[in-house]
Amino acid sequence: MRPSVAVALMFAFMATTAPAVEQPVLIIPESAGAQCVEATSVMRTQHMKLLFAQRDQTVHQGIRSTTHSLTNCVACHANRDAMGHSIPINGNDQFCESCHRYAGVRMDCFECHASVPDE
Amino acid sequence: MTKAKHGDTRTAQTLSDVSRRGFFRRVAAVATVPLTAGTMVVALTRAGNADEAVTDASRWGLFIDTTKCATGCDACVRGCNEEHGIESSARPEIDAQWIRKVVVEDTQSKHVTSLPLMCQHCADPPCVEVCPTGASFKRADGIVLVDKHTCIGCRYCMMACPYKARSFVHESLSNQKSYSPRGKGTVEGCTLCVHRLDEGQGRQPACVEACLSGGRAAMVFGDLHDPDSDIALMMAANQTTEIRADLDLDTGVRYVGI
Repeated sequence: MRPSVAVALMFAFMATTAPAVEQPVLIIPESAGAQCVEATSVMRTQHMKLLFAQRDQTVHQGIRSTTHSLTNCVACHANRDAMGHSIPINGNDQFCESCHRYAGVRMDCFECHASVPDE
Repeated sequence: MTKAKHGDTRTAQTLSDVSRRGFFRRVAAVATVPLTAGTMVVALTRAGNADEAVTDASRWGLFIDTTKCATGCDACVRGCNEEHGIESSARPEIDAQWIRKVVVEDTQSKHVTSLPLMCQHCADPPCVEVCPTGASFKRADGIVLVDKHTCIGCRYCMMACPYKARSFVHESLSNQKSYSPRGKGTVEGCTLCVHRLDEGQGRQPACVEACLSGGRAAMVFGDLHDPDSDIALMMAANQTTEIRADLDLDTGVRYVGI
């Protein structure tokens, strides 16, 4: 069998047998409004850079404008359960965790930072 | 950076600095004419707002009158713990202490002094000098902090600090406050409640507030560079002492009665 045919067959086999990849489902609270602090396309690719920049400004220069802060992410994106209690934003299927699991990226933000808004 | 004692710093202030401060004070006074509370004027002349980078125009410090500090009172410690979500664990020997009460007795006279001890926010902090990653740093306004994003938990700073003012977080934590991130594997210490200060609303650190509401008023917080601030006036009126003054660290925290 020629190698090109073998490769083609292999891809065909993979396409038919690979399990469907579970897409992340982003549950966004209604209270968050329709628009994030930047356009969705920017947030998808650049949110970590925005967070890093804000982080350094806050820690070293005391600039605490909340636009690009992690606290602001949590304040808008943390959901509430039936009892009205905040669900940690890094909980299973919650906003941060669902996407990061899909992308295979481990977050360590919430080992130190609050994952629910201050009550 | 050259070393500067408080007295030197004050006299070395340039004329332009002084006139600029005067200008802001006048602006603040005009802005607060409709307000009756005198405290608002103080608040407005303090650090800028949350959107502005801190500068070395201010240097924040504490004045602690040990003659007003009572043995057995731990209001400041409780205030700090509550503010920063510091909870006691099953192993009290590893609990974080951002501030602690110390009782010292003169071996000859038996005179007992009680005082709160926390990060002294040195002008020349040994913790910053030894930090291998730059995580331990001094802000422009003199507050010594740990950037926990860069801290590798080596604890050199804890060994270098003559005041034992820093703690290491040994166990995983939960329920942190949004304004005071804390986590396992990093070193931490008194921040002079920098989150409150940066708001620019003139809020005092939690320990000072707790001491005041406990009726002692043994602690005064303020800007050492502002000659009209409460703390500068108290410093000028009283003989204050740096703990371990022999080390020449130029501490931002000064004591009376020790």
